[in-house]
Amino acid sequence: MGLFILRRVGVMLLTALCLTFIVFFMTNLYPNLEKLAKTQGNFRMSDEAVVSYLTREGYMAPLPVKYGRWLGVLPNHVFTDQDGKTTGKCIREGVNTAETAPRYCGVLQGEWGYSSVFKDDAGSIIAKRLGLTGWLALLAFAVMIPAALIIGVLAGMREGSRMDRTLSTFSIASSATPEYVSGVIFIAVFTSSAFGLKWFKGSATSAMEDFTWANITLPVATIALYGVGYIARMTRASMAEVMTAQYIRTARLKGVSFGNIVVKHALRNALIAPFTVIMLQFPYLLTGVVITETLFNYKGFGWMLVQAASNNDIDLLLGGSVVAVIVVLVTQLISDVGYVFLNPRIRIS
Amino acid sequence: MEPLTWTGALGAYLNPVFTLAVLGLILTVASYLLLSAVENTKAVFTTGPQNRQGPAPHSEALADFIFPLSAITALLGMVYLLAGIVTPYGTAGIIGELGVRFLPVWIALAVTFFLSLTYKRKLGLYGKLFDSPIGMVGFAIVMFWVFTAIFVSMDMVITHDPLGQVSGMKNKLPGTPLRGAAEGDYTHYLLGGDNLARDVFSRMVKGSQVVLVIAPAATLFAFMVGITLGLPAGYFGGKLDTVISFMANLVLAFPVILLFFLLVTPEIRAAGIQIPGTGYIWTVPTILASILFLFPLVFLVVLFDSRYFTQPAKRNLYVGLTVLIGGYIYLGLAWDADPFDLISIDGGVLIVFVSVVFVNSPTVFRIVRGLVLDIKTRDYVAAGQTRGEGPWYIMLWEILPNARGPLIVDFCLRIGYTTILLGTLGFFGLGLSSESPDWGTTINAGRRLLSIYPHPAIVPAIALMSLVLGLNLLADGLREESLKD
Repeated sequence: MGLFILRRVGVMLLTALCLTFIVFFMTNLYPNLEKLAKTQGNFRMSDEAVVSYLTREGYMAPLPVKYGRWLGVLPNHVFTDQDGKTTGKCIREGVNTAETAPRYCGVLQGEWGYSSVFKDDAGSIIAKRLGLTGWLALLAFAVMIPAALIIGVLAGMREGSRMDRTLSTFSIASSATPEYVSGVIFIAVFTSSAFGLKWFKGSATSAMEDFTWANITLPVATIALYGVGYIARMTRASMAEVMTAQYIRTARLKGVSFGNIVVKHALRNALIAPFTVIMLQFPYLLTGVVITETLFNYKGFGWMLVQAASNNDIDLLLGGSVVAVIVVLVTQLISDVGYVFLNPRIRIS
Repeated sequence: MEPLTWTGALGAYLNPVFTLAVLGLILTVASYLLLSAVENTKAVFTTGPQNRQGPAPHSEALADFIFPLSAITALLGMVYLLAGIVTPYGTAGIIGELGVRFLPVWIALAVTFFLSLTYKRKLGLYGKLFDSPIGMVGFAIVMFWVFTAIFVSMDMVITHDPLGQVSGMKNKLPGTPLRGAAEGDYTHYLLGGDNLARDVFSRMVKGSQVVLVIAPAATLFAFMVGITLGLPAGYFGGKLDTVISFMANLVLAFPVILLFFLLVTPEIRAAGIQIPGTGYIWTVPTILASILFLFPLVFLVVLFDSRYFTQPAKRNLYVGLTVLIGGYIYLGLAWDADPFDLISIDGGVLIVFVSVVFVNSPTVFRIVRGLVLDIKTRDYVAAGQTRGEGPWYIMLWEILPNARGPLIVDFCLRIGYTTILLGTLGFFGLGLSSESPDWGTTINAGRRLLSIYPHPAIVPAIALMSLVLGLNLLADGLREESLKD
C-alpha cells in the first residue's frame, strides 16, 4: 500500500510538472507576451519598446530557463539598467537590496510571483479567492451529495419500478442542464421583473462577505443541479447491481424487512462506486464554479481564473493552474486509495 | 398589426383545461413518489407489483392515473402547437404560430416515425430503439433539431435574417409586431428581439445549424483519435500502453475550462513555433489540427489495408482513394493549403473544433482501451490469432465490431457533452465571433440584461437543454435495448 501511494505520488508530480510546463508554454507564446507588455505599458507601444520591456522583465530568455526560474531551480532573472539600478522578481524596495535578495526565487521557495491584473502578490490572491470558492463548493457539495445519493438509492432499490423511471428521468434531465443553462433560467425565473418572482438576488457579490438565503441559494443550486444527475445515475446503477446479489436474497429469505435490507445490507456496498465518482467530480466542479461565479459575479477562484486568462496574467494563471491540477490529482489519489479501503476485496501489491 | 399573446384567442378556451391537466399531473406524480417511498420501505420484497402478496399499496392506485393524465396533457399541448395550422394567422397565438413555422419539421418527423415503426423489425438496433418509449422520445427530440437545421438551410423555418437589425425592435417582448414591415416580411418577432434588435427565434433556429454541424463532427473525430490509439494500447499493452495512457491522463488532469482559456484566444491563432530558416510560423491551432486530423486518415488507411491486403488491386484502389481524397481534405482543413482553394475553415471555428476534439479524445481512448482489454480474452480473438490473422485485422475487424454497442451509446452521450462544451466556449465568448447565432454565444449576449429582458437568453438555453436531453434519452434507450440481447 505504501509503495502504491509512493508511486502514485511520483506520477502525480511528473504530471504536475508536465501540465505546468504546458501552461507555461502557452502563456509565454510571443503574441501573449506582446499583449502582456501592451497592457502593462500602453497599447500604442512600438515593437522595440515591447522587446525592451520583455527583456527587462526577463521574458526573452529561452523557455526552459524561464520555467526553471519560475520553479526556483535556476537563479532568478535580474536586470541592471543604464543607471545601474537592478530589478528582479524578489528584489523589493525597502525590504531587501539586489545584494541581499535571494538568488533563487520560485514556487519551490514559496514565491508565486506578481499578478499584473490585481497588482498584488499572486500567492495571497489565490489563497483569498480559493477560500471564497471553498465555501461555495462546500455548500454545493452539501446539497448535491445527499440529494444525489437519496435519489440514486430510491431509484436503484427497485429497478424498473415507476419510482425508478421517474427519478431516472429527473437525473437524465438534470445532467442535460449545464450550469449556464440552469443559472440563466434560475435568474430569469426567480429574480427578474418579467416573471414577477423576486425571491432571490441575481448577483452573489454580497455573499462574499456573508451568506444569506437570498444571495447564495441560486449559485449553489446551479452548481449542484448539473452534478446531481450524474452521481444519482451512478448510485442507481450500483444499488441495482447490489440488490440482485445473492446475499440480499439470503437476507430476504431469513425474513429481514425491506427497509432493513436496504439500509443495513445493501447501502454500504452500493456506496463504494459512487464514492469514486464523487471524488472524480471535483475536476468537473471547477468548470461549474468558473461558469457560476462568472454568471453570479461571485469573485472567487473561478472568477479570478477568468480575469487572469483574459489578461494573460502569467503568474496568476500559473498559480491557478497549479492549484487546479493539484486538486484534480489529489482527488484521483483519494479516490483510488479510498476505493481500496472501502472494498476489502481489492488488494494492491 | 396587433401584438401576439402566447396562446391567442384559442387560449381562452384551452388555458383553463390545460392548467387543470398539468396541475393534476404534477400533484399525482408528486404524491405517488412520496407515498410509494413511504410504502416501499415496508412493502413485501418482490421484483414487480404483479406477484406482490397482501393488499396492493395505495401508491399503485395513484399510479394508474399517471398515464391517462400525461396523455391528456400531451394531447392538449399538441393542440396548442398545431392549431395554428388550420386557424387564421394569429388566432393560436405565439405558440400556434411557432407550430406553423415548424410545419415541415413536423411532417418530416411524422414520416420518419411512420416508416421506422412500420419496418422496425428489419432495422436492427435502430429498429429496436422504437421498442423503448424513452429512446423514442429522445430520438424525436434529436431529429426535431436535425430536421430544423436541415430546413433552415433550405430557408424554410426561419422568419427573419438572423443578423438583420430592425430599428425599434431592441429588446422587444415575444410577439411584438415588426416595425415598418414591408410586403412579404414576416409580420412579428415571434420570440422577441435581442439587445441588437435581431429576431431571437431566427437566431435560435439558425444556431441549431452551427451546433449540429460542429458537435457531431467533433465527436466523430474524437472517436477516430480515441479508437486509433486505444486499440493498439489495449491490444499490445506494454510500453506503448504506458506512454499513451500517461499522455491521455495528462490531458484528463487538465481542467477543461483552463485549457479552453489558454487555447481558444485570438492571440493563439498567430502564435506558434517558427520553423528555422523560413518565415513560416507553425501556429498552435495548426500544430494540433495537423496531428489530430491525421488520425482519421491513418484509421481509414489501416482499416482498408488490413482488410484487403490479400487482394492488392482492391486494396490499392481503396487506400489510394482514401489518401487522395482524405489527404486533399486534410491539407485544406489542417494546413489551409488546399491547392485549389476549395476547402478551408475559418480560424475561429478551427480552434474551437480542435480543442473540443482534443478534450474528448482521451476519454474515448480510455473507453476503447477498456473494451479491448475485455474483448481480447475472448475465444474468437484467440481463434483469429491461430488462423494467422494480423494484429491490425483482429483489432479493426474482430474486436471493434464487437465493441460497437457501448461505443454507439457513448457516441450519443458524447455529442451531448460536446454540445455543452461548445456552449461553454460560447458562454465565455471564446472562439466563434460574437455575431455567431450559436446557442452559447447567444446566451452570453443575453445574460447581461437577464433580470430585465430574460427572453433573449432563455430561448437558446432551452434549445440547448432540449437537444442535450434528447441525446441523453436516446443514449439511455439505446443502452437499454442493446443490453437486452
